[in-house]
Amino acid sequence: MASLSTVSPASNVVIEIGGFPIRLSTDDPAFIEMLRERYAGFVTSGTNAQIEFDVMLAPPDAMLGNGEVRVERESGQWSMGRGDFEADWNPRAARGIIRQSANPYSLNSVLRIVHTLLLAEHGGFLVHASSAVRNGRAFLFAGASGAGKTTIARLAPPDVTLLTDEISYVSRQEDGYHAYGTPFAGDLGRLGENMRAPLATLYLLTKGTENKIEPVSAAEAGRALLENILCFARDGELVQSVFEAACDFVGRVPTQRLTFTPDARVWEMIG
Amino acid sequence: MSEKCYVARASKIAARMLGDEMMIMLGPESTLFTLNDVAAVIFNAADGATPLDEIVADRVCSEFDVELEVALKDAEHVVKELAGHGVLLVSNEPITQPQRFAQAAR
Repeated sequence: MASLSTVSPASNVVIEIGGFPIRLSTDDPAFIEMLRERYAGFVTSGTNAQIEFDVMLAPPDAMLGNGEVRVERESGQWSMGRGDFEADWNPRAARGIIRQSANPYSLNSVLRIVHTLLLAEHGGFLVHASSAVRNGRAFLFAGASGAGKTTIARLAPPDVTLLTDEISYVSRQEDGYHAYGTPFAGDLGRLGENMRAPLATLYLLTKGTENKIEPVSAAEAGRALLENILCFARDGELVQSVFEAACDFVGRVPTQRLTFTPDARVWEMIG
Repeated sequence: MSEKCYVARASKIAARMLGDEMMIMLGPESTLFTLNDVAAVIFNAADGATPLDEIVADRVCSEFDVELEVALKDAEHVVKELAGHGVLLVSNEPITQPQRFAQAAR
């Protein structure tokens, strides 16, 4: 890991997702300003960060390519990369460093990875699902690409508050599971609301010719949830945590299969 | 498997009953297995000390309406498959140090 003293942060922003405020510092005020705009609604005061990242900005042609995401743990420190970024994070010190070009997409990926690691420590997870709040309760709509996550978000009536149409944030609290809004947007291109609500139901999405809700077995719910949970690290301990979290979740949160036709009437069955 | 066969659960797996199905996660590759009823009984009884034929006679045949010879043949097939995936460890001697056997089997 490069020395943190190589950066002389002139600007910073604190982005709070899921109750974890993360400070990002760099010497490029324009980059920070861009982050403030992109994560508007998730930017909080600079005094309460739980984790600090120094962002070292490289020239665009120095960090090229996508490649496969790599997330590894060694001696308690996480290291991650994908071609367009490299990052190290020491959870014990609550500090890390990110090297990337001045683009928001690489940073978004780092934040997603870091939050999967944070959540795994607390029995939560990020999952490929849209989520929304109605009448004070949150609903998850999980499915792979094309299952209808964005479609059902787009069909939501005005009394529904959208948390995300792509990556849902599930946190385990003392009183059960809660869903948080995220800035991780999908095809809808709209950030979720920065709020949380207790989770009422996980729906496994399927597109069909009619709207219907059917029960699923606990095992089917577990398999479907595990298929959709984001887990970037090939790390036995982490994988075990995610597995335990998914099993616990389906034991506590009702899970049903929601088959729907792209019609707003599907929301008459929800909430 | 004509000799005594001992089976033990591998150490780097996570297993949970969800409803009436046994789910097993093998890390760090995140490979997910679902065991059928018979396989779940064998998995649960795989303590490394009890021979497979005893597990089949005492556990499988008592829970399922099946002849010992047929059950043993099926059990050997299940054990071979799960061992191939790294879920179970197999030895001709009692297994007391699963991790060492897991490494030796590779």
